[in-house]
Amino acid sequence: MVLQTPHAPEPVESIIPLASEDLKRKDYASDVDTRWCPGCGDYSILAQMQRGLSNLNVAPEKMVFVSGIGCSSRFPYYMNTYGMHSIHGRAPTIASGLKLARPDLMVFVITGDGDALSIGGNHLLHVLRRNMDVKIFLFNNRIYGLTKGQYSPTSELGKVTKSSPIGTTERPLNPLSVALASEATFVARTFDTDPQHLTATIEQAARHHGAAFVEILQNCNIFNDRAFADYTDRDVRNERLLYLEHGQPMLFGENEDKGLAVSATGLRVVDTDGPDAGLILSHDATRPAPDVHQLLARCQYPEMPVPMGVIRRVNAPTYGDYIDSQIEVAKFKNRQDVAQLLRGRSTWQVE
Amino acid sequence: MTTTSTKANGSGNSSMPIQERDRVTVRFAGDSGDGMQLAGNRFADATAIFGNDFSTLPDFPAEIRAPAGSLAGVSSFQISFSKHQIFTPGDEPDTLVAMNPAALKSHLSALTKGGLLVINEDAFTSGNLKKANYPSNPLSDGSLEGYRIIKAPITTAAVAAVDDLGLSNQNAERTKNFFALGLVYWLYDRDLQPTLDWIEERFGRLPNIAEANRRALFAGHSYGETTEIADAHVRVPPAVLTPGEYRTITGNQAMVLGLITAAHLTDLELFYGSYPITPASDILVELAALREYGVRTFQAEDEISAVGTAIGASYGGGLGVTGTSGPGIALKSEAINLAVMTELPLIVLDVQRSGPSTGMPTKTEQTDLLQVMYGRNGESPLCVLAAKSPGDCFYMVLEAVRLAFQFVTPVILLSDTYLANTAEPWPVPDITQLEPIDIPYRRLEQVDPEDFEPYKRDPDTLARMFIPPGLPDLQHRIGGLEKSDITGDVAYSPENHQRMTDLRAAKIAGIANFIPELEVDGPESGDLLVLSWGSTYGAVFTAVNDAREAGHEVAHAHLQYLNPFPRNLSDVVSRYEKVLIPEANTGQLRMLVRANFLVDAKGYNEVTGQPLSARLLTEAIRKLADE
Ligand code: SF4
Repeated sequence: MVLQTPHAPEPVESIIPLASEDLKRKDYASDVDTRWCPGCGDYSILAQMQRGLSNLNVAPEKMVFVSGIGCSSRFPYYMNTYGMHSIHGRAPTIASGLKLARPDLMVFVITGDGDALSIGGNHLLHVLRRNMDVKIFLFNNRIYGLTKGQYSPTSELGKVTKSSPIGTTERPLNPLSVALASEATFVARTFDTDPQHLTATIEQAARHHGAAFVEILQNCNIFNDRAFADYTDRDVRNERLLYLEHGQPMLFGENEDKGLAVSATGLRVVDTDGPDAGLILSHDATRPAPDVHQLLARCQYPEMPVPMGVIRRVNAPTYGDYIDSQIEVAKFKNRQDVAQLLRGRSTWQVE
Repeated sequence: MTTTSTKANGSGNSSMPIQERDRVTVRFAGDSGDGMQLAGNRFADATAIFGNDFSTLPDFPAEIRAPAGSLAGVSSFQISFSKHQIFTPGDEPDTLVAMNPAALKSHLSALTKGGLLVINEDAFTSGNLKKANYPSNPLSDGSLEGYRIIKAPITTAAVAAVDDLGLSNQNAERTKNFFALGLVYWLYDRDLQPTLDWIEERFGRLPNIAEANRRALFAGHSYGETTEIADAHVRVPPAVLTPGEYRTITGNQAMVLGLITAAHLTDLELFYGSYPITPASDILVELAALREYGVRTFQAEDEISAVGTAIGASYGGGLGVTGTSGPGIALKSEAINLAVMTELPLIVLDVQRSGPSTGMPTKTEQTDLLQVMYGRNGESPLCVLAAKSPGDCFYMVLEAVRLAFQFVTPVILLSDTYLANTAEPWPVPDITQLEPIDIPYRRLEQVDPEDFEPYKRDPDTLARMFIPPGLPDLQHRIGGLEKSDITGDVAYSPENHQRMTDLRAAKIAGIANFIPELEVDGPESGDLLVLSWGSTYGAVFTAVNDAREAGHEVAHAHLQYLNPFPRNLSDVVSRYEKVLIPEANTGQLRMLVRANFLVDAKGYNEVTGQPLSARLLTEAIRKLADE
């Protein structure tokens, strides 16, 4: 049987359960004391999450934060919403079951590089490919913080950590590439020290109908300080980051004097006043083929500017849309008679 | 050796009187490609409609297709039918249908002395004999001395019957199971009509195949009629069962119906997260076809996701269920423990199979009891139930759902391969007569936010105040970290951890006040109590009765509640000199009973992958009774 695509108005936006009154940032903060190290990037993410939700005016009682294990996974405790601090790597599974049972709830997953890409790698692939209507925020600090400093699946090759005293011997995963390869319908990157960008990205993810994957570069000032500073520090940002805007040319540089163009082998940097300026691409987040999106995901400092923002945002029915429409059709076509079901194909009478 | 004619042209003597018997057990055995499960199931259907009580035992190889004709590829289906109520598929068949040498080799030792062999002589080629490791042909070397034998050219006769239908050779030969079935129908005086109806329903759209199967069935039947094998013509009169409407049911089907019924009774959305695993997969497959009942089946990426999604659904206020077998339970343990710590209602179906590791995936065992009791980190009490028969799976699912919601706890329901696949007649329940199932969180929805604390407990059940997300002013967080009593906040204090450990234990122990007491069948006290649990009920019941007939005073009690035990169990086991605990494991319930009640219980244990043998158990009971 061909799956019927549920009717979807353009553009598909997730239905956000709204609060009945105007809520402020503090209305989303619980009274639990935060327990991250002073200076941790998680504080900023928490503040911007609360801000983003208040901008959207989400009803706190209709929101659930589900997390796994790790520093980032303590996040739900600090939100004045419902929440579950679950087990290592499994938050996407709990979030999936919850969202399927309760489509009226808005379900966010908070995870880290170890939680999502190491122990929970399998679940991440599948929650994304199923386009489950949950929003996943991966706080990437390229280290295991809670267990005090072992390397993670995003730590760079050769990195010296407590569990790799003479350097790691494994290559890191690129979270965005993993998400794109998993057929994610919304893929974005942002970072802890740009509050506006962080808030805006959170809001866009919340509005997406389907699985949203957001990598948040997060500084762990205790075990992996300044891991992203080379390109996220205020004074170098404009030169080394590429802020993506759908429909806009991909320009960067202090004076927007550089842009990205396609080369035979991928993307390349060209000058806006050079001969190839006309080849500079516009960013198309809605492009169905993930080819350019993958090339963007692979742009790394120092060879290339590091992309920030929504790389991909495409419309597709969610897992819940499919299953709900199957149920609806089945209810229409077939009788619901439990007494008859119990009888099965045939019965006989004993006198 | 009695060899009846093998020629189909003999002058039939069907006027010879049919012998009457109380109970007969037939085993169909052949290559996995020979259609033995199909033949057995048709026989069971015809037997149900005829009105015997019956019980079936399918047994198939784990390999999808082992090499044709090999010993590894033998598949069998046993059915026992009786004019009395029966509780097992029988230990030793009276009749063995062997479609090839490998089937004969694998199953001959089970056949009762002097039993009837129905043999497809066409399959006894030198190639097949070699594959079955027969140095010489058993049909001619005298090694079958002592059995009655019907040697029939089943393949050639079936092919001849469908000759003019223009089927491929392969399709023509495939009808041989219907020929064999027709022959066995004649032997046991079964009506062909239910099978003819089934053929029409199943193959109606392939008229040629339908016609071929019909013809093969008739040909086999006439073969019986026209060949002088009348001494094997046997009739088992209908059984006297409690009047009512009956259907055939397997344990896995009963699980499915139980879940749908529970969702209906509670008006909860059913969510079933599962990863395909033998022998539990059928539950997923059958539920997936019932979307009209609002069932959300979720074929997870792994066992952990299967239980994780079920926990998510439960947390959301749904009826979250996951189903698996032993290896899957091992993978789910950490997540089940999350449900223990967060105190959420969760149903886990464990259709046990033979282990350790991959073990024998299609064979039965009761070896997960200690795993589900203790196979998790920390002090992790939860409720454990076990079904005793295929039909009982239905009622135990309802019970599991009732307890999960009343006590806000995970409940593990144990079944096994044997219950999953075995079929029996089942009185169709009247849903209007089923007990309603209370969902306490619905009453809590009216709670005043001032009075709400997520870990405040009901004084009677100790169930915590579980409320799914969605209600304003009640937002709270739960999780796998230790909870503070009442508030549910994260807590590390030594006193609190002790208190919460005690509370979790007391909550599960207290379930004993809300479940039936253990009933004893037989003397209230005395020499010997046989204590059983789970799928061995039928074999133990039969063995106890056989021992009683042999003059022994034996009491029998059967546990459906393993954690907590019924509150009178301690008293029951102390009233007898000897306690015998038969199990298809090395003594897991026995270990629990000895540890809990300091009773010197003895075991009767078989770990063969097959259901307990009632005959061997009878001997063990008699021996212990004589001591
Ligand atoms: S260890 Fe690192 S990531 Fe964890 S709380 Fe401290 S600074 Fe933040």
